[in-house]
Amino acid sequence: MMSVKITINGRPVIAQEGITVLEASKQAGYDIPTLCHHPALSEFGACRLCVVEIKGMRNLPASCVTKISEGMEIQTESAAVVEARKTILELLLANHPSDCLTCQMSGNCKLQDYAYRYQVRNVSFCGETHNYPLDDSNPYIIRDNNKCILCGRCVRACAEIKGENILGFASRGFNTKITTALDKDFKDSDCVYCHTCVAVCPVGALRNKEMEGKARYWELEKKTVDCGLCENACKFDLNIKDGKVIGVSAKEGTPERFGQPCLKGRLAVNLKYNPDCPQKPLIKKDGEFVPVSWEEALGLDELISKMESFEK
Amino acid sequence: MTNSISEIKDTDFIFAIGTNTTETHPIISLEVKKAIKNGTKLVVADPRKTEMAELADIHISHPSGSDLILLNALANVIITEELYDKEFVEERTENFQELKETVQKYTPEYAEETIGISADTIREVARGYANADKAMILYTMGITQHICGTDNVLAIANLAMLCGHIGKPSTGVNPLRGQNNVQGACDMGGLPNVYPGYQKVVDEKVREKFEKAWGVSLNPNNGLSVGEMMDNAYEGKVKGIYIMGENPVLSDPDANHVEEALKKLDFLVVQDIFLTETAMLADVVLPAASFAEKDGTFTNTERRVQRIRKAINPVGQSKEDWEIICMVATAMGYPMNYDSAEDIMKEIAEVTPSYGGITYRRLEGDGLQWPCPTEDHPGTPYLHKGRFAKGKGSFHAVEFVPPNEETDSEYPFVLTTGRRLWHYHTGTMSRRADGLEWKYPQEKLEINPEDAAKLGLREGDKVKVASRRGEIEIAVHCTDRVPPGTVFGSFHFRESAINKLTNPARDPKAKIPEYKVCAVKIQKLA
Repeated sequence: MMSVKITINGRPVIAQEGITVLEASKQAGYDIPTLCHHPALSEFGACRLCVVEIKGMRNLPASCVTKISEGMEIQTESAAVVEARKTILELLLANHPSDCLTCQMSGNCKLQDYAYRYQVRNVSFCGETHNYPLDDSNPYIIRDNNKCILCGRCVRACAEIKGENILGFASRGFNTKITTALDKDFKDSDCVYCHTCVAVCPVGALRNKEMEGKARYWELEKKTVDCGLCENACKFDLNIKDGKVIGVSAKEGTPERFGQPCLKGRLAVNLKYNPDCPQKPLIKKDGEFVPVSWEEALGLDELISKMESFEK
Repeated sequence: MTNSISEIKDTDFIFAIGTNTTETHPIISLEVKKAIKNGTKLVVADPRKTEMAELADIHISHPSGSDLILLNALANVIITEELYDKEFVEERTENFQELKETVQKYTPEYAEETIGISADTIREVARGYANADKAMILYTMGITQHICGTDNVLAIANLAMLCGHIGKPSTGVNPLRGQNNVQGACDMGGLPNVYPGYQKVVDEKVREKFEKAWGVSLNPNNGLSVGEMMDNAYEGKVKGIYIMGENPVLSDPDANHVEEALKKLDFLVVQDIFLTETAMLADVVLPAASFAEKDGTFTNTERRVQRIRKAINPVGQSKEDWEIICMVATAMGYPMNYDSAEDIMKEIAEVTPSYGGITYRRLEGDGLQWPCPTEDHPGTPYLHKGRFAKGKGSFHAVEFVPPNEETDSEYPFVLTTGRRLWHYHTGTMSRRADGLEWKYPQEKLEINPEDAAKLGLREGDKVKVASRRGEIEIAVHCTDRVPPGTVFGSFHFRESAINKLTNPARDPKAKIPEYKVCAVKIQKLA
């Protein structure tokens, strides 16, 4: 691979030919905000939040779909870039419910993070807003199109990672939305509830129903485990609050092995608190199971009671 | 698998036989889908029109139990048309002549006549497989769960060796294991004839090695396979059984016989995370810990040894399996002292050559694929590079054997069994998940609409299905996923325990029962 010389924010950088401005900036330590971009998915260039300033270019190009070239001079946080990003965020927020106080995704929402990062408080655009019904027709996924920012990650994840093509864009302009074939509820679609779309959604439009209302994101402790429900033995994260597992999510920080969550593995976690789980050894006495201690189950109770009698 | 899961997407040709990959191995099927997107040709051989069959360029719907005719016919074309890799056959294999003679009579025309697959299709598939640069065979229980399961596997190996399609990246023979750690359980000697690392029980040197390692004298004879245990229990020759994490009352063939056999035991111990149907028959139930509550390793289908970590403490007084085994062994007079799962891994590395270089320190990250004989060995992504483990690869001339039980006028349908996407095995875990019960609450027997019409059945009607061993009641699902004359059901549901019907006849070598073919009759219930 050839390398090319570019400058980012005035600093000379050598990067591999063929990568995008976004990747080169990331490698050089500059964090460019993105919403529609995801490393495991095809390039989309829809949200424009990752725009940068490149000397000699007429407009602000989207860094996620612009390849680097020799001598390129890139500004990732110039005044023009910041102004553009603020406007984009304002436009998104103009049609987004401001219910971060109770939103399940608060603390784990890219829109919220970037609104904070660019201090977008007052939205100067006001107009019509969406009022879609909530799709909670199934036990697994809540689909709240009012929170959707149309980044299309879910559509690409479903098509490119799972090959299922359950979700797609429908209608035009303001009425554009993400939906299933024939605009049905998830329950009536062919969705297998693998949660790949949930894992890539940057906002609260697609949410894990199991965890809804059970914990704030910052209260969660994450522990990675290997799943026990098929031959692949994928890794996923247990989400634990106060020592209790409240749900399972895709392992964070492994975009290259992404797309592993599937239904069986996620649900296995329900088992932990199943009332049928024997918590003590059981011995059958007169046809009925009786809970006993491990000592009794192992036939050591006599021995132990004798030893205890010696102590006395 | 001789290859790694990630190699699937880069192959040029996939021949998938007896594997319902999208439902039973959903994550691996994603790699198959990636391959298709990359232009890989997919041929699926399965009596049922599964989702895999719909993804395929060619779907071969051969009758359940006729794999050897199909596989031998493919070998016939490859040899007759001289498509085989002469250099590979010459240098790395033996017994070619014997194979050539045996497959001579399995012409594509013979196959067309006997199993109804057109000779042209067989030629096209044979040519496609042989001429591909990189080609893989995927198979699962559709191949192995027959009385000729071992021969089926040998016939697959014949094809791969004929074409030199083994020992290279994205090129090989890939049985997809059915569970997260079934590979590991076999690797660790969870079989009646081997110690860890497939070291033979009957080999005196091996026995001496383990006697020394464990400080006990060991039985020089092979043990019993699970089916043989049940037969012996039924006859009163086996008096006690200790079952861990298995539910044979639902999972073993001829379930009525299994239940009776277990009831005849003097003593039955079951160690499980739930009170399964089998546990209900036990004298003592020992509460085990689930995957999130224990430390250790799982070895997955690509031979990857992966660390599992205790995320939460065991619920109640349940304990990790290794701790329970140590306690029982100690109570029985053999003090088994390990401090931790890691302590056991050290011993595994000492006595198991293929795990010799595996330590917990090296398992951080994505794990290691065995064989990994030494501390500096990087692990093995694909097997048989350059030479076979045993030296030369032997061709095995295998003849077609009809299924143990064939249809007749009284039992006119072939029943074949398998899994559903939504559930897992006997439902011990998946049927306790509310969401899955919502999604797939009851099993339905798949029946072809033609057969349904003849029997006067409509979608959802209840039927009684009987074999020579037992009967169940079940609703029907009319679908052309199954060909006329064949019905299909999963073994997940105790309410319609399909294994009350299945045939316990076993493959003489591997002792695997013929779950995939039995004769049944179907009667509409009012």
